[in-house]
Amino acid sequence: MADASSTIDERARAIVDDFSLFDDWIGRYEYLIEIGKKLPPMDDALKTDATRIHGCQSKVWIHTARDRDRMTMQGDSDAMITKGLAGLLIRVLDDQPPEAVREADLSFIDDIGMREHLSSTRNNGLHSMIEQIRTRAARLAESAEPASDSAVSSSNA
Amino acid sequence: MRGEFPALHQSVYEDTPLVYLDNAATTQKPQVVLDRMARYYAHENSNVHRGVHKLSQDATDAFEEARQSVADLINAPSSDQVIFTRGCTESLNLVAQTFARPQLGPDDTVVVTHMEHHSNIVPWQMACEATGATLKVWPIHDDGTLDMEAGRQLLAEETFLLAMGHVSNALGTIHPVASIIDTAHAHGVPVVIDGAQSMAHLPVDVQALDADFYAFSGHKMFGPTGIGVLYGKYDLLDGLPPYHGGGDMIDEVSFDGTTYADLPHRLEAGTPHIAGVIGLGAAARFVRELDHEAVHAHEEDVLQYAHEQLAAIDGLRLVGTAPEKTSVCSFVFDDIHPYDAGTILDRLGLAVRTGHHCTQPLMERLDLPGTIRASFALYNTRQDVDRLVEGLDRVQTMFG
Repeated sequence: MADASSTIDERARAIVDDFSLFDDWIGRYEYLIEIGKKLPPMDDALKTDATRIHGCQSKVWIHTARDRDRMTMQGDSDAMITKGLAGLLIRVLDDQPPEAVREADLSFIDDIGMREHLSSTRNNGLHSMIEQIRTRAARLAESAEPASDSAVSSSNA
Repeated sequence: MRGEFPALHQSVYEDTPLVYLDNAATTQKPQVVLDRMARYYAHENSNVHRGVHKLSQDATDAFEEARQSVADLINAPSSDQVIFTRGCTESLNLVAQTFARPQLGPDDTVVVTHMEHHSNIVPWQMACEATGATLKVWPIHDDGTLDMEAGRQLLAEETFLLAMGHVSNALGTIHPVASIIDTAHAHGVPVVIDGAQSMAHLPVDVQALDADFYAFSGHKMFGPTGIGVLYGKYDLLDGLPPYHGGGDMIDEVSFDGTTYADLPHRLEAGTPHIAGVIGLGAAARFVRELDHEAVHAHEEDVLQYAHEQLAAIDGLRLVGTAPEKTSVCSFVFDDIHPYDAGTILDRLGLAVRTGHHCTQPLMERLDLPGTIRASFALYNTRQDVDRLVEGLDRVQTMFG
C-alpha cells in the first residue's frame, strides 16, 4: 500500500494533503472510515492477546514484525473509526526502519483534524496504539535478531 | 427549568449546540447549587466542628443544615443516620468493609443481581475473598427485569446479605425494591440498596422502603462530585466499627487507646468535603422542592417518546425493555459498533455514553460488547430526542 521508499514524513504530508480536500468534519471522518476499509485484511491467527491493544472500547489488534531492516505492521478493529485510525498509523509507519518508527513525528494526526482522538482518556486506543508501536519499534531497533511481538515468531507466522 | 442549568447552554465543536444525554453518568448542576458552593468559599470558608470563631460556626451550621436537608429528602428518621462519603462507591465499600467483612465466614453468602454496577459487585467480591464467603448472582431475564422466582430462592437460602441497585444504570430498570426488602427481611436478610440512579428520578423514602442501608452520590442528583451519602438504620450504623481513623471521628485519643465519637462523626474521619456537603444540601433542597408529579410526567413522556422514535429506526434494537423504567435508553445497531456511533454523535453535539457502563457481567449476560446509552434528566425534552434521532440517521448514513 505505502511506498517503501518514501519516508514517514513524506507519507504523513501526503495524508495531510488528502484530508485537506475536505472542508468539514463529516468528509474527513468518511475518508478516515475509507482508510480503515482499505486496510489489507488481518489474519485472524494474528489477533491474539499479544497483539491486542488494550484500553479501548473497541477491539484493536496491531501486529508488528521485522522484515530485514524494516518493521512491518498489520492491524484491525471491530469499530470502523478505530480501524481507520489504525489504518492511518499503518499507512505512515508500515515498512519503515524501526529506529524511524520509534522517533516518528505523528503531529499529522492533529493537522488532519483528528486531534480529539489523541487524548489518552478517549478510550479509542489511538494513544495506546502509538505507545505500543513505539515500544515494539524500540525493541526491534535494539535487537539485531529477527523478532516480532512476543506471540508470533515471524512476519510469516 | 433548563434556564437553571448553565452547562446546558453551550455549543461544542465551535457552533454545535450541546444536547446532554449522559445524565446517568452525571447530571448537570443548577445555579442554586453553584451559587451555594461559591458562597461557602467566598464567605464561610473555614474548617467545621472545631473552630470557636464565627466563620467556623457558620460553616458548621451550613454543613449540619445540609445533613438535615439530605435526611429530609430521603425521610431518614434522624440526620445522624446520614453519613457523608466521597460517593456512592465509597458508601458501598464502607458497608462491605465494616458491616459485612467482620461478620462473614466461609459458610456465608452475599447476593448481588446480574445487572449491578461494578461498584456494587467489587466491594462484595473483596469482602468475600477476604473471608472465604461466596458471592451469588441473582439472575435476570433478557428484558432487564429480575428473575423474581430465582431471587426468592436465593433469599430463602442462608444468605447473609443482599446488595442491589434501586435502578439499573445500564438499562434503566426500576426494581421493586420495597417488596424485595420485605421478602429479604422475612428471611432475616439485611438489604443494601445502591441508589445512585434513583435519586434524580424517584422519590426515595428510606423508612417506607425499610432499607437497611441506602447509598447514593451527590453528582447524579444535581449536586457536586466527590460527595455521597450512606444512610443506615441507626442500630446498624451504631454497631459499625470505624472505617477510617483520623481527626473528627474521635472522642479522646491517647497512646493507651482511643475512644470514638458518636454517629455520624465516627464514620467521617478527617476534614470533610465541606463545599461538597453544602452543595449537596442545596441539591437536596432543589430536588425536594420540585413538583414531583409534573417532573415524573415529563420524564415519562420524554422516555416514552424516545422509545417510540428509536424503536422505529431500522437496524436498531433497544436493550432493556422492562415495564418499569427510568430515563435510560440503551440500544445497539445490528452492524454499527457503539464506539463508532458515539464518536459521530459526539461531533453532532450529542453527549451519550457508549461501552459497558461499568456493568461488564451484564453485557456478557446479554452477549453485547456494549451499548449506546442516552440517559435523560428533568431538563431534557422531546426536541433533544429529535436531535438524537437525526444524529442516528447520520450515523447510519456514514456506516451503512
